[in-house]
Amino acid sequence: MPSLKSSEAPASTGSREWPVEAPPAVKTTTRSRRKINDNLTAYGLLAAALVVFALFSWYPIVRGVLLSFQEVNFVDPPQWVGFDNFARLFADPLFATAWLNTLQFTAIALVLGFAVPFVTAVLLNELRHAKAFFRVAVYLPVMLPPVVVAMLWKWIYNPGPGLANAALGSVGLPESAWLDSSSTAMVSLVIVSTWANMGSTTLIYLAALQTIPGELYESAELDGAGLFKRLWHVTIPQTRFVLMVLLLLQVVATMQVFTEPYVMTGGGPEDSTVTVLLLLYRYAFTYNDFGSASAMSLLLLVALGIFAGLYLRLTRMRSED
Amino acid sequence: MRTLVSPAQLRSGRGKAVYWLVFTVVMVLFLLAFVFPLYWAITGAMKAPAELVRTPPTLLPDQWHPDVWGESWERLNLLTYFGNTVLVALGAWLIQLAVDVPAAYALSKLRPVLGDKILALMLATLMVPASALLVPTYVTITDLPILGVNLINSPTAIWFPAAANAFNIYLLKRFFDQIPGELLEAAVLDGASQVRILVRIVLPISKPIIAVVSILAIVAAWKDFIWPLLVFPDPTRQTLSVALQRMEVDMPLNILLAGLVLASVPMVLLFLFFQRHVLAGLTAGSVKG
Repeated sequence: MPSLKSSEAPASTGSREWPVEAPPAVKTTTRSRRKINDNLTAYGLLAAALVVFALFSWYPIVRGVLLSFQEVNFVDPPQWVGFDNFARLFADPLFATAWLNTLQFTAIALVLGFAVPFVTAVLLNELRHAKAFFRVAVYLPVMLPPVVVAMLWKWIYNPGPGLANAALGSVGLPESAWLDSSSTAMVSLVIVSTWANMGSTTLIYLAALQTIPGELYESAELDGAGLFKRLWHVTIPQTRFVLMVLLLLQVVATMQVFTEPYVMTGGGPEDSTVTVLLLLYRYAFTYNDFGSASAMSLLLLVALGIFAGLYLRLTRMRSED
Repeated sequence: MRTLVSPAQLRSGRGKAVYWLVFTVVMVLFLLAFVFPLYWAITGAMKAPAELVRTPPTLLPDQWHPDVWGESWERLNLLTYFGNTVLVALGAWLIQLAVDVPAAYALSKLRPVLGDKILALMLATLMVPASALLVPTYVTITDLPILGVNLINSPTAIWFPAAANAFNIYLLKRFFDQIPGELLEAAVLDGASQVRILVRIVLPISKPIIAVVSILAIVAAWKDFIWPLLVFPDPTRQTLSVALQRMEVDMPLNILLAGLVLASVPMVLLFLFFQRHVLAGLTAGSVKG
């Protein structure tokens, strides 16, 4: 950019004169010229980002809302159809199933995905040996591609020669049908998803635990607080912020579950693992009904937005007490 | 550092016994939960297909078939899919850096008119769940506005949407904000252009954050499934995840298992080599307390 260079030269000479009391008029012009220059440079540096955000983020957000009220076939111009797409969704018996399944997935994922990593983090924080090993081991599954995880566990769950049943058998428990029964399929998916993702939550909790000042435990102990009292009155309140944020993020993430049901069950058996995103995918890419799929996205967006709003409000109210 | 359990308690005889008991239990659970499945996949790949369906399963292969790795590489056509995945991940990485670093620098240090409005609009996109944008973004890349091109089956369909990453810009901007203004001011006085300042001064001191953003970008691209599934209908263009899932039905299990292990090796190695940066990315991702 040669033009930039040449126009910058006077600006810098101007600034160099600053200490030698340049006349005020010159000062303001060079300063404003430099301001303009900086703005031009800034927008030059921002240009690429503005283009990609406009094309792949801002425009799709607007378009998603528009598509929800349109019918598109990519041949004719889109038709406005009002709430037809939503009506079609509500008429689909799978629609309610998908939402209930997703809520079920989220609920179990919260119990498992919330409790297991927290307990693990508290335990790891007490252990003085093999720290590096524990960290690497718990985080290793996070690095595996989710498709690899899903396909691997599909084989582990195999009712016949699968590892999961062999493990149950070795401790004297009855076998399970895992993915093959509509009553256990969803739980089986949650176990996989928890296994694959708990590394990150565990390490985030661990980092939070390490910021707790040791004096708090000491004074609690002097006051006669036992182990569980200290856990309840020191550890949990001190990590509450992180716990609350991760809870929110986890709900948002699990409501969008797709890879596990798509790869492991395809929504079955008996539609017991059809999730919102799986149904959305079917509408868009099996039935080519982009309008209804967008309507589904919009509903998900609104549901998560309402949840996040309420959650933040409630937690803020609680913390202001 | 003082934690939940007091050092005094740990030093007592009973404390020591309990500590080692807990340690052993946690260690065994970790080995079973996180190491064993990987062992299971690696050894499973080297079992004969007949042995894989035997009940109860065998802990060690009766007969080792190390040749499965080569066979899997050939039959699953892994060279193509590794190539595609590397292309997708490297491109996504470089374009994210090329787009997001200058943008974050401009927003942090040049503070242009409307800069905070732009930043706010970018950060607002973080509130929109990714899956809500799946369909409209797909529709958009099949016919880009103004340009009118179709990016389906092109790696650019992954690269460019990945660059619209507000989180990267936020991380980078937060880091740039901490670089003292006097340092850059001095360079301006010496007549250096902003681009030169960015390349010569800002980038070298920003290595830690660049490393974090780089790793986040590469790992995300390697792990992604749903977006590549949508944009690569052409089997020869697919990434490892999409291709492995597609080939699942008509491949023997041991060949497939070997493929799964091979597809994970680069990410596992990346983690083992860059642990510090990967874990820094994790806490950078979490909100500060």
